Amino acid sequence: MDTNYVLRMNNISKEYYGTQVLKNINLSVAPGEIHALMGENGAGKSTLMNILFGMPVIHNTGGFDGTIEVDGVPVVIDSPHKAMELGIGMVHQEFMLLPGFTITENIKIGREISNPTFISRIFGKSLEKLDQKAMAKDAKKALDTIGLNIEEYTRVKGLPVGYMQFIEIAREIDKSGIKLLIFDEPTAVLTESEADRLLDTMRLLAKKGIAIIFITHRIDEVMAVTDSMTVLRDGSLVDRVLTKDVNPVRIAEMMIGRKVEKLLDDTDDNRTISSDDIILDIKNIEVKMPGERVRGVDLAIRRGEIFGIGGLAGQGKIGIPNGIMGLYETTGSITFDGNEIDPKILGDALKKGIANVSEDRRGVGLLLNESIEQNITFTAMQIQGKFLKNYGITKLYDKKQALEHAKNMIKTLDIRCTGPDQAVGRLSGGNQQKVCIARALTLTPKLLIVAEPTRGIDIGAKKLVIELLAKLNREQGLTIIMVSSELNELRSICDRIAIVAEGKIARILKPEDPDAEFGLAMSGVKQEVHKDE
Amino acid sequence: MNKLIKNIYQSIGLPRLIIFAFFILVVFAAGFYNMDVLSLMSNVLRRWGMYGILVLAMVPSIQCGNGPNFGVSLGIVCGLFGSLVSIELDIANLSIFADNKHLGAWMSLLFAVVLSALIAWFVGMGYGVLLNRVKGSEMTVSTYVGFSVIAFMNILWVTLPFTNGDIKWPIGGEGARNTITLANSFSEVLNNTASIGNQDTGLFVPTGLLLFFFLFCFIIYLFLKSKTGIAMSAAGANPNFAKASGINVNKMRIIGTALSTSLGAVGIITYAQAFGFLQMYNAPLMMGFSCVAAVLIGGASTTRARISHVIIGTFLFQGLLVVALPVANSVLTGTDLSDIIRMIVSNGIILYALTKAKGGAANEE
Repeated sequence: MDTNYVLRMNNISKEYYGTQVLKNINLSVAPGEIHALMGENGAGKSTLMNILFGMPVIHNTGGFDGTIEVDGVPVVIDSPHKAMELGIGMVHQEFMLLPGFTITENIKIGREISNPTFISRIFGKSLEKLDQKAMAKDAKKALDTIGLNIEEYTRVKGLPVGYMQFIEIAREIDKSGIKLLIFDEPTAVLTESEADRLLDTMRLLAKKGIAIIFITHRIDEVMAVTDSMTVLRDGSLVDRVLTKDVNPVRIAEMMIGRKVEKLLDDTDDNRTISSDDIILDIKNIEVKMPGERVRGVDLAIRRGEIFGIGGLAGQGKIGIPNGIMGLYETTGSITFDGNEIDPKILGDALKKGIANVSEDRRGVGLLLNESIEQNITFTAMQIQGKFLKNYGITKLYDKKQALEHAKNMIKTLDIRCTGPDQAVGRLSGGNQQKVCIARALTLTPKLLIVAEPTRGIDIGAKKLVIELLAKLNREQGLTIIMVSSELNELRSICDRIAIVAEGKIARILKPEDPDAEFGLAMSGVKQEVHKDE
Repeated sequence: MNKLIKNIYQSIGLPRLIIFAFFILVVFAAGFYNMDVLSLMSNVLRRWGMYGILVLAMVPSIQCGNGPNFGVSLGIVCGLFGSLVSIELDIANLSIFADNKHLGAWMSLLFAVVLSALIAWFVGMGYGVLLNRVKGSEMTVSTYVGFSVIAFMNILWVTLPFTNGDIKWPIGGEGARNTITLANSFSEVLNNTASIGNQDTGLFVPTGLLLFFFLFCFIIYLFLKSKTGIAMSAAGANPNFAKASGINVNKMRIIGTALSTSLGAVGIITYAQAFGFLQMYNAPLMMGFSCVAAVLIGGASTTRARISHVIIGTFLFQGLLVVALPVANSVLTGTDLSDIIRMIVSNGIILYALTKAKGGAANEE
């Protein structure tokens, strides 16, 4: 390779507490090149960027292996400050701007231009007078460079979101000697026209010789603006390719890839699922869940099926079950088995026979300091009045009945514990998940929603949980909606899989559909939704 | 057997064992200095029952996620008001109780208890609404609510048109006295019910008082085993969990606060009847702090409390104050350490517990 690269990262490997998150990654960017860094959630993009910026989290966990070269010279980047000195800048996904300050102040903060005064000669540099004019001039220049027509003395507070992104960019390019600029999912919060502007700006910056690393999962943007790309998957390098050599389908395939592990052995399947027998009909629901907004989803779940909902983090797949259960502000119509469910009434869905296993097991799913028995019986007691004994004037918790039920559940679901009195906080992740499922089953629901059932549990336990869900579905005819970030998991158990992108259903696919289809849907490439697959 | 002992040890906890050992030690020291140990013990038992229900008021507040109720003075003023009404109406001396003074005193006490508990319930609901708006800083807010309500009630105590001679200032004027005797109403009625021993010579066990205290403990214990009680505890332990099970977390917190305020009202009446006087104006200002300290010494945290913590904590805290202070005074002759030590102990314990505090309602989304 003769090209002289502004940045080369060679054979980067990183372990967190014994788990390998990056394996021999190479990344190289030439001056004036727009380079995309692509991969699913957890592919290792953020870790790689943290290494590049010398973030403390990397050094506190034992550093990394491999070398970094800037302009062909090996460097040691041990702090974000060092990275800045080397001319590496970053445009953040969450805006790092001070709302009460003007645009100029935001751009120049930490690098103010100042003139000495009488006082500063005595007391030192920190008391020098700011040269407002020079600073305004610099700021204006930076804003002009990216073509943002706005007065530099405006306060940041109240500006549209799109502008804030550009001010961040202006701040980065105002730094002298900037060579490499990293955009971390910059278009996620922008409207379509703002996003187009941003892409134009990126091209403009590249023409000036600044190298750009563009982190995104939107394939269409990558196709539009980049010269080359590096694709990561599960912490390994898939390939570095030139954008003109590939097409969207190929990129999607590289990102997803067929994983070999199979989570469910073939079982007897003698279910009959009819596309007319709809148990849950959702029409145009919108859920205001922070970070997981749902913007108008229609779904029809058939009785007896296992329905998967997949998609990248933050796209809204988690918002759907939370909306149905009424945990966040929700609008739209939900019809369940002939009954209307009002998402505004907390617990309405529970009363009508939908049980939910939360995605946040330790935060929402469990009372960590309470016993297994308490955790299993709690919801059924509150919603259906089970496990209460009538003493005439008052009804009290029936510990005996509850214990018996808990013991039964421990046996049927094979929860490994010292007994029903053990605090659930002491159990392993897989067993905690079983307690959550046990609580949901105690409600004897007609529909079970499980969100991220295998998050944070080891592979063996994963398999057990998946098998358990399959067994419940096959043997008891329980309809299950499974929400998961792990496509592989959904594809091993589900009958149909809806992929959510940007708060909407991108497509509904079959598990055996090709990888590329899944990849494209997840990247939000708009296509006709085939309703009758 | 070994396991059983270990279990008991774990449920009592090392700090309690140390404090209890210290308590025994000072009792022996008291004997060594020729103090009247029996009268000290009588005093311990009396203060145990006297403070018990006020300390019990901390349990619903902690369980529902509000942390220890520093604003228990809100309940206390309700209790004072109820007692004043009971005295004003002179229920103890109604003609129907003419032949049975004891029954009259009981009725006067019960009237005060029921009336003030009712008032306190509604006041507590409003207080609960306030606390729901300041999630995450309940303890700070409740402390200032407690202080403010005392100041506010000071205005009312001087202006309310009471006419009973026990309440009014003796020389003309309006408003309540600083200390109001209960001799004509329910003074020591609980203490003397089914009491054992003689107050002047030997060990005196205020059976009625202790039973009254245990009765309330039992009622709260049952409440915590009911559907609402369990829901309330869950709302306090993990609001997100409770919400996911269809529980209205704010409502549960209001119930917990109202219950705590009512218990505060009942608590001050039991306290006053054992003391023999109602203490008005600024007297209850710091009372909340010793209650918080007692329940924390008993093993509660700012997020979890059980009835056993109340019973053990009140006994140890009051017991130490009653026995250790006279002993300290005779060891270090010439000083009067009692009040200083009481302040150091109670505030020190609160400080210790607050440094251990974490979580609570602050982690609700």
